[in-house]
Amino acid sequence: MTAYQLVCGMEVHAELKTASKMFCGCKNDPFHAAQPNIYTCPVCLGMPGGLPVANKKAIEWTIKLGLALNCKIHLFSHFDRKNYFYPDLPKGYQISQYDQPLCYDGNLETEYGTVRIRRIHLEEDTAKLQHKTVNGKQVSLIDFNRSSVPLVEVVTEPDIISPVHAKAYCKSLRQILRFLDIADCDMEQGGMRLEANVSLRSAGQTELPSYKTELKNINSFRFMEKAVAYEMERQAHELDTGQTPIQETRGWNDAKGETFSQRVKEDAEDYRYFPDPDLPPLHFTEEDINKIDSELPELPAQLKARWRTAYDIEPKYAEVLTEEKETAEWVEHIFALAKTQHVLPATVANALVNKKIAVQIGDAPSTVLAAVVQLSQTDDVSDAQISEVVQIVLAENPALVEQYMAGKTQVFGFLMGQTQKKLGKKVNPQQVRAMIEIQLQLYNHKK
Amino acid sequence: MLNSLTLTDTLQKLKNKELSIAELYADLRASLKVHADLNVYVTLNEQMENDAEQQANTPFLGVPIAVKDNFCTQNLRTTASSTVLDNFIPQFDSTVTKRLKKAGGVIIGKTNLDAWAHGSSTETSQYGRTLNPRNPEHLPGGSSGGSAAAVAADLCIAALGSETAGSIRQPSAWCGTVGLKPTYGRVSRYGVVSMASSTDCPGPITKTVEDAALLLNHIAGNDPYDATSSPTPIDDYTAAVGASIKGLKIGVIYMDIEGLATLKGLFEPQLKVFEELGAHVEYAQAMDPHQAVGVYTVVQRSEVSSNLARYDGIRYGNDRSFFGTEAKRRIMLGTYTLSKGYADQYYLLAQKVRTLFIEDYKRLFRTYDVLVSLTSPGFAKKIGASEASAMFGELEDMLIEPSSITGLPGINVPCYHDSTTNLYLGMNIMTPMWHESRAISVADAFEKHTPWNAWRNRKRV
Repeated sequence: MTAYQLVCGMEVHAELKTASKMFCGCKNDPFHAAQPNIYTCPVCLGMPGGLPVANKKAIEWTIKLGLALNCKIHLFSHFDRKNYFYPDLPKGYQISQYDQPLCYDGNLETEYGTVRIRRIHLEEDTAKLQHKTVNGKQVSLIDFNRSSVPLVEVVTEPDIISPVHAKAYCKSLRQILRFLDIADCDMEQGGMRLEANVSLRSAGQTELPSYKTELKNINSFRFMEKAVAYEMERQAHELDTGQTPIQETRGWNDAKGETFSQRVKEDAEDYRYFPDPDLPPLHFTEEDINKIDSELPELPAQLKARWRTAYDIEPKYAEVLTEEKETAEWVEHIFALAKTQHVLPATVANALVNKKIAVQIGDAPSTVLAAVVQLSQTDDVSDAQISEVVQIVLAENPALVEQYMAGKTQVFGFLMGQTQKKLGKKVNPQQVRAMIEIQLQLYNHKK
Repeated sequence: MLNSLTLTDTLQKLKNKELSIAELYADLRASLKVHADLNVYVTLNEQMENDAEQQANTPFLGVPIAVKDNFCTQNLRTTASSTVLDNFIPQFDSTVTKRLKKAGGVIIGKTNLDAWAHGSSTETSQYGRTLNPRNPEHLPGGSSGGSAAAVAADLCIAALGSETAGSIRQPSAWCGTVGLKPTYGRVSRYGVVSMASSTDCPGPITKTVEDAALLLNHIAGNDPYDATSSPTPIDDYTAAVGASIKGLKIGVIYMDIEGLATLKGLFEPQLKVFEELGAHVEYAQAMDPHQAVGVYTVVQRSEVSSNLARYDGIRYGNDRSFFGTEAKRRIMLGTYTLSKGYADQYYLLAQKVRTLFIEDYKRLFRTYDVLVSLTSPGFAKKIGASEASAMFGELEDMLIEPSSITGLPGINVPCYHDSTTNLYLGMNIMTPMWHESRAISVADAFEKHTPWNAWRNRKRV
């Protein structure tokens, strides 16, 4: 058995949430459209004579994403035509970017390691095919609401070293897209699409393997993690038996817990890329880029670092609380208020993450803080009163007491709970614990 | 016949109530009937009289305009002369036809062209060839052959064509009309069936230079729907009509091309009028236009192979088997020149040579205000001539292709008439980008001081 090392790079597509589409003025809202084909025009339908005009906002947002991922920006860039036939592609080519992507050479830090970003480019989404049976006939229908919606593609170097790393990378990327407020990343609807190129090499080797498997059409981070893990096993098995896994696209079947072949690529496709003559090249100045850079909001990494210094929040709690931008903003308000009222923000973080208090995102910070404060407040109950209740509890649960005596100390928690319940008040747990311990000793002596 | 009036005269007479829209259209209908055999129109607008009556208070007062059938026209069938689009009725107007309608022009019909504008003869049309009204045994040229023939036969007052490399000027030369190809980006391409996107350019085909200027005034200008249209402000092109050309330096190019010896004898004497009008004329050496044929062939085929991909049979009714031989040939060649391993030696190399042509014209325009040449290396060819040669159009357009691939404006004016065949030669007048006005001034001066314009010299018609 050879020890293998994962070689994995990712290609992630995300739809930008600009008001209008990438190359025409149609509304960009494919997932909420009341009917198919209502957000269409001669341009996104690919009618004769329809011409694209690039959405400036989408270009700016892509650069923003690039800067957030520490990319360099090409000051000269352009759009290219990627020629291929598919019924969801009305022009017979997709407007994309080939040799001059807007952004290149960046990186994204994750807790499992840095992932280098090779390139980020901007392109248009395709229409959506629906295969249905209408009047007993099998038909394929085309919905152009999604045609020409702006789509960014983020391509990494093969730096991902484990399935959980793949998941962490995808999650961090989505978090950044959401913090920038440029994409909703609705995974279910296909607003964010994950692809992983997976292969294995013998541990210690540095050369890229001679093959790669493409994991595609996977719509959750968890599935991606599982699929990469499965592929590692499957490919290791093939390599162990002297075979080279074939070049193919594979999907994930969660019910079976395995990947399955979707399409075998025999030859590399020739897309006959060439600069789109309908779109003038893009020129930017350093000032343009600096301006976009200065408008970047605080990003998750910066936010977590600031929380660490300003509020002493542990990274594991910060990770959870910054996952969604809305949550982070809400929590920030509570932390700020906590500081003014001499409550430790760390206590608030703990209470929120461990769900010790029953609150919802958006609740007034004062309400949340009151709940946190209440957690640590106790009613004044005498030792005698508690002891009385403990005695009742022990009497009612002789079997448990026996178990405890026999060394099964886990039952202590149950006795704690029962006592607190019977007291019906908020009592300092330390006090209850001490009283139970005393009574148990006494119980033992009585015997 | 009233339809034999120029655009300028028609408008004048309509304003002065010397003629009515009804009379004008009655004569036009009669001519359309008489000349049906020329096969000028693919589709006629049967509502033309009604449409015209609605345009009383507009600049163009409802005058009949012919439009090449590669402009999308709302509710009027648009085929690009290919049966692939046999049933295509656009729901939208091209920017140019929208502006034309807004100005009060009435689109009376869609004129024949080489299918998808691929050609210089109108013989590749899948709706039959158009005949040259000057001599029906000859071709009208192309690809805007229908529009040039419509003007020559007075089957409209003025027309719109489009040029990718010669398609306005070459048929104008062969039909003895004026054809103005504006600077690339001066007139919007939105809604014009794309052929070679990097050179496509709509423009007027008219009876006089003055008419071309007037029509250009109403169709030119920036269009938010065309990213390649220029924000440079447009001139009042009619202001250039009648302007003096005194002191202009005119460079004569492409006279030493092999095979032009006979034509040289007919063309050269025509240049004298420029000197008489105070301009300086001299011969200039330009880059060999043969090389432009290669550049254009590769660039155009490459873009065509991509632009025609949308006619994949899923929409518009008719599938790819409806493409004609010429379109198929161009798609195959363009697919090849863009393919991996070949794009460098064909497409990219062509683009580099294209840059050399741009530089060469820049050099020439440092010395000359205007460049002139023959438009076409010969008189209109006989019908059937294009069928023998796959490179027919490229060779016929050789003298215009350098200025097309570099985006320069140019205007064709008739510069010789052969009384035996009734056929014309055309002169191509070129200026630097955005200087259409200067080309118009020179062309107008030439037209007014020579006997070659059929409408200014009635006895010839």
